[in-house]
Amino acid sequence: MSANGSHESLYAGGIWSWLTTVDHKRIGILYFVTGFVFLLVAGIEGQLIRTQLAQPGLRILDPELYNQLFTMHGTTMVFLAGMPLITAFFNYIVPLQIGARDVAFPRLNAFSFWVLLFGGLFLYASFFFGGAPDGGWFAYTPLTNAEYSPGRGMDFYILALLLAGVGSIAGGVNFLVTIVNMRAPGMTFMRLPLFTWMALIVSILILLAFPPFTVGLVFMLFDRTFGTHFYDAAAGADPVLWQHLFWVFGHPEVYILILPAFGVVSDVIPAFSKKALFGYPVVVFSGILIAFLGFGVWVHHMFSVGLGPIVNAVFGGATMLIAIPTGIKIFNWIATLWGGQLRYTAAMLFAVGLVATFTIGGLSGVMHASPPADLQQTDTYFVVAHFHYVLIGGTVFGLFSGFYYWFPKATGRLLSERLGAAHFWLTFIALNVTFFPMHFSGLLGMPRRTFTYAEGLGLDLFNLISTIGAFIFTLAFLPLIANLWRTWRRGEEAGPNPWDAHTLEWTMSSPPPHYNFAVTPRVDRRDPLWHPHVEPGLGWAGEVEPGGVSPRLQPDDPPEPIVMPDPSFWPLFMSIGLLIATIGGLGSLPVTLVGAAWALVGLFGWAFEPSEGGH
Amino acid sequence: MSGPTSTGVSHRKLAMWTFIGSECMLFGTLIATYMIYRGRNIVGPYPADLLNIPFITVTTFVLLMSSLMMVLALSAVQRGDARGTKLWLAMTALFGLIFLGGQYYEFSHFVHEGLGLSRNLFSSSFFVLTGTHGAHVAGGVIWLSTLFIRAQQGKLDRTHAETVEIAGLYWHFVDVVWIVLFTLIYLLV
Repeated sequence: MSANGSHESLYAGGIWSWLTTVDHKRIGILYFVTGFVFLLVAGIEGQLIRTQLAQPGLRILDPELYNQLFTMHGTTMVFLAGMPLITAFFNYIVPLQIGARDVAFPRLNAFSFWVLLFGGLFLYASFFFGGAPDGGWFAYTPLTNAEYSPGRGMDFYILALLLAGVGSIAGGVNFLVTIVNMRAPGMTFMRLPLFTWMALIVSILILLAFPPFTVGLVFMLFDRTFGTHFYDAAAGADPVLWQHLFWVFGHPEVYILILPAFGVVSDVIPAFSKKALFGYPVVVFSGILIAFLGFGVWVHHMFSVGLGPIVNAVFGGATMLIAIPTGIKIFNWIATLWGGQLRYTAAMLFAVGLVATFTIGGLSGVMHASPPADLQQTDTYFVVAHFHYVLIGGTVFGLFSGFYYWFPKATGRLLSERLGAAHFWLTFIALNVTFFPMHFSGLLGMPRRTFTYAEGLGLDLFNLISTIGAFIFTLAFLPLIANLWRTWRRGEEAGPNPWDAHTLEWTMSSPPPHYNFAVTPRVDRRDPLWHPHVEPGLGWAGEVEPGGVSPRLQPDDPPEPIVMPDPSFWPLFMSIGLLIATIGGLGSLPVTLVGAAWALVGLFGWAFEPSEGGH
Repeated sequence: MSGPTSTGVSHRKLAMWTFIGSECMLFGTLIATYMIYRGRNIVGPYPADLLNIPFITVTTFVLLMSSLMMVLALSAVQRGDARGTKLWLAMTALFGLIFLGGQYYEFSHFVHEGLGLSRNLFSSSFFVLTGTHGAHVAGGVIWLSTLFIRAQQGKLDRTHAETVEIAGLYWHFVDVVWIVLFTLIYLLV
């Protein structure tokens, strides 16, 4: 297969080839499209919420629908937009960055995607079967028990997240093994690109954080379905057990969402500063430290519960500690920019935008790390302002930065930088116009998750500004869509390394051939492409292209046959079985058993399928 | 995929260790819940009324012995001893089944005595914790039986020793979890 031919052959093929694909790049694309669609859906939900709140006393949405919308907005953004988009980048980029031809378990990778997709579709099916979940994305008991949430909505929430969670844990195992075990020769841990480092840390977070959540969900399901008493204070249960289980997952979860964005920025800023990342080891270790501390701060979501001054003080102090490694990262990015040859591409704009806006969100985070301050701020729009600054200003900016950075690698085409800049500035303005006023409405006492507010409380102007900002958000998607359309029609060829970037994914043609590396590279530094050298016998091959700044260090054709895994139907087959079992969880044991049996058949088909085929 | 790995440990084995790490959090959460709810029962039956320590000690012993059988199965497959592989795999699965039978008897006895799943806080946390463990044992029995059938077909020779080893990792883990459960639920009743 020639490099020119790979443009068509990587993504060509009928629907069947997508249903059975085990190629990490195709699965990455599937994750991206899924995550992006859910991002738009959840964005529309957010837009509806802001429309309802534009003025006091509006009844555009009735309160019941409003509750469903904010619950679905949060749940979708975290589990169906944020995590899939992050996993999309893990899939596409991590194997390329470490010099691998795929992930460790390609079929398990496909399985992770299918159960996530089915979990998302199942959750949204709730709208057609008696109403969506309406207990908030954190589903506090007793509000969500059978007595106070008698509808089907919370059952959909529990079952959908259990199903998607199976995929997350499988993905965590897969990426941990891939990164630990499939690094090219010479790619030591301290030479890993920062994005891959953060993918490794996030995989560990997923593996350790999801099980408590899973158990908490199972308790909730059993309480609702079989009448157990895990969250039943009248039976002697601890009334805040669910809160503990949820937040011991939920706080690491927000680092699952932010650390990959930090990883993207730590790769993008050096590339467009033409400078190695300042203090690489410190950035790596501060990422590890953030993840470690992230398991010891969950009670800061529960300060108002009344666990006592000692507990609150300890968790408040631990929370403030996280500002240290985070601040270290921010100063390292600034020091990398310092004196660099800066190029403000769209990817760079979003990366630098992250450094600015995430810092604002981080500062308000330190404010409510203090329990007395938090008692004023909890459940107000101040908290909404805080986490949108870190989740949009952090995660979303980081993901868009990565999108503009790696789009040419995945498609072989260049996006328009002018439209990209327009997209950035509109998003940046929208973020600040929407969420900065919420600091004020929050400190004035405006409660979250309430469908309207009264006139004359001084909230009217702030809310109107926030709603205008939300409409700018919608507007901000127009240049992005125009950009995609333009590039689809007449995008310039990207070539292997359009940015003159430094890591291994830029050594092969764009898009990469399905086997990625014709020759397994040997790595002897962190930024191999900035020090091109051809050493026959060491595995590097290829030559510096005449006239180009970007050396391509991979030949067009592999010198010897490469064995790649065959497509497989079994991951999809097994996922369908689990979907059926999940549907049965709504109240039909026979359906659950049929689904479980189906999945078991899938498991055996999977286990005994010859797993390797020819190239 | 085949070929050397960065660490020298195969993908599958590393994946099993990683999965076991995740499982520790799963059982850790269930055990923590059980311990928090110990002694908080408002209505009976209470643990001390029903838990039959001598009986469970016997099934615990059987489960511990199954780990020994597992070690012997691995040793046999590594030596290329086809007969030993089949024998010890079958014994491991059989001992797992005996344990599950004991659990079935215990559960139905409790239900008969009025301790259904939804009876009280103890029943909720006890059944979900030990039930989750039992489901893991059942999964292990299915896995071991599959390996036994493969061995019967002559498709489990020395080159597949690692497959048996990984199943063993899982089996020993499930066994270790039971030692913790036996101590915390039964011995500390």
